[in-house]
Amino acid sequence: METLKKYHQDINITPELMQRIQELVSHYPEGKQKSALLPVLHELQDAHDNWLSVELQNKAAEILNITPIEVYEVVTFYTMFNQKPVGKYMLEFCVTSCCAINKAEDVMDYTCEKLGVKPGQVTADGLFSVVGVQCLGACGYAPMLQLGDFYHEHLTKEKVDQLINDCKEDKITLHDK
Amino acid sequence: MGQKILFEKIHIPGIKTYDVYRENGGYASVEKALKMNPDDITEEVKTSGLRGRGGAGFPVGLKWSFIDKKSGNPRHLVCNADESEPGTFKDRYLMEYIPHLLIEGMITSSFALGANLSYIYIRGEYMWVFKTLERAIKEAYAAGWLGKNIKGSGYDLDLHVHCGGGAYICGEETALIESLEGKRGNPRIKPPFPAVKGLWQNPTVVNNVESIATVPWIILNSGEDYSKIGLGRSTGTKLFSVSGHVKKPGVYEIEMGMTVDEFMNSDEYCGGMIDDRPLKGLIPGGSSVPILPKHLIFKTANGEDRLMTYESLSDGGFATGSSLGSGGFIVYNDTACIVRNTWNFSRFYHHESCGQCSPCREGTGWMEKILWRIENGQGTEEDIDLLWSIQAKIEGNTICPLGDAAAWPVAAAIRHFRDEFEYHVRFPEKIKNRDHFVNEPFEKVKHLLQNTTV
Ligand SMILES: Cc1cc2nc3c(=O)[nH]c(=O)nc-3n(C[C@H](O)[C@H](O)[C@H](O)COP(=O)(O)O)c2cc1C
Ligand code: SF4
Ligand code: FES
Repeated sequence: METLKKYHQDINITPELMQRIQELVSHYPEGKQKSALLPVLHELQDAHDNWLSVELQNKAAEILNITPIEVYEVVTFYTMFNQKPVGKYMLEFCVTSCCAINKAEDVMDYTCEKLGVKPGQVTADGLFSVVGVQCLGACGYAPMLQLGDFYHEHLTKEKVDQLINDCKEDKITLHDK
Repeated sequence: MGQKILFEKIHIPGIKTYDVYRENGGYASVEKALKMNPDDITEEVKTSGLRGRGGAGFPVGLKWSFIDKKSGNPRHLVCNADESEPGTFKDRYLMEYIPHLLIEGMITSSFALGANLSYIYIRGEYMWVFKTLERAIKEAYAAGWLGKNIKGSGYDLDLHVHCGGGAYICGEETALIESLEGKRGNPRIKPPFPAVKGLWQNPTVVNNVESIATVPWIILNSGEDYSKIGLGRSTGTKLFSVSGHVKKPGVYEIEMGMTVDEFMNSDEYCGGMIDDRPLKGLIPGGSSVPILPKHLIFKTANGEDRLMTYESLSDGGFATGSSLGSGGFIVYNDTACIVRNTWNFSRFYHHESCGQCSPCREGTGWMEKILWRIENGQGTEEDIDLLWSIQAKIEGNTICPLGDAAAWPVAAAIRHFRDEFEYHVRFPEKIKNRDHFVNEPFEKVKHLLQNTTV
């Protein structure tokens, strides 16, 4: 029962969201609407606490008029789609070479310790999760993390402290709409 | 050596916006191109000698000339903005700061190819750049550079930006096409090549952001003018993404032909080593190309100056050279551990393998596991040979070059830094801390390898 509750997601496709989805679909020729799948999944995920339940994936299939399996196989292939709830603020640290030699692992360990989580876990209040990811194309500005649509670069422990405070005070914009 | 082509206007305040871009001569190449014969545009690009900036260095004009114009099927130009090769962040810089340059290049290039529907495929993590491009494309539509009958020429073009979902393999052009069709990014078996059967089975050209952003300059000036910049077959300017242990990491545009020494040490570019620590190794073209040890960085094995060109960086083959690749220039000082770094890259390739071919799917995992064992003091001398034999069995036995890209860094690390692997095997107690060479650089302890026999 616990697990079932934990993985429940309220689905709400607002008219604005539907309009945005239609706009994305219009970028592909007639009959090629499946091409819009990745951009549409991003929009659905952004509007649903940053994860995609099976129900929401089924909804994507319905909107694009494709079979659910076509959505599942895509969701499981790409790292940006979350199949489980994540923190409202998901701190994604790059741990690849150029960041690693610039102390990315130390900054990430510090963040985990500060929040009391291991990589992949969500804090009890549901606010934060921390994950290690592969090169994000910010190698010259290492170490760095991604939060929502934006990058935070040249990280230090102090900058992480500041960022976490800003999140708690609701001062952080996650999506560039 | 100071000529700028891509960065010529990047520092003009407001250049991100359509109005400022246009006031500064933006979209002039489209005006000129629309009055030209499309095949003449391709000829200009051929004459320029421009080589693909995505990593493989294939001549851009030649690639364009392969597109099937006879079948009558719709044609597409797809810009590869997936940029996920570790060490590479130049395309992002261009798109972020001067998005209209790429859009202008897309229009001029699409016209040359006779494409009426084109896409920019950008990695999903660059979401704010995706939005920047979306807005810029809207501006270009509003100003009449996109859509039906562009500027009264009778030419129609629709251009859209498409975002990925986080997968390095989608940078490989056929995986990118699959992904653009809304599928998993599994590379296709070639032939057929995209120029014949690409996006939705239509003739398609896939080119890197930097390649396409160079086209406006070539059309406005000439292919011949472009071919005079640079050195030999490395014509033009090239963007390098610099990271690692240098004073001034960042993105630089240089005329090809500069010495590696000048690029690394002059204040105009990398500015020398951070904290003036000794140099240990250089990866000149992104994580997939071989690392060069100190003695092969500024000079080739023949004792000639190593230059920032396709030819010079690969001089000596993989035995003593490397490759220009994507221009991801990663510098390591004496505190870096080659074993740990190689493990880090193997973890990357294992994570990013699409899993279609067993040598790549299994081999990358085995390499990661063995490297982790060695890095943590549980490796044996045989493990080093085992690693060598695994990488050799991946190379050349896979559908796409990701397998090779995973094998080469491992081969180069063992070839040039075998003593560091041996040190890890023989002195496990000295490498317990992940910062082992930060605390005690290998140079200071490598004499132990001579003194002791096991
Ligand atoms: C695993 C892999 C990843 C690649 N990633 C990229 C990339 O992120 N960007 C890119 O432009 N080319 C990438 N390429 C090269 C493309 O397949 C293709 O050659 C290139 O986009 C062609 O454009 P160009 O000729 O203008 O360089 C990659 C190739 C492989 C095998
Ligand atoms: S080499 Fe690797 S990434 Fe490329 S197709 Fe084969 S399994 Fe996929
Ligand atoms: S290695 Fe961290 S952003 Fe590239």
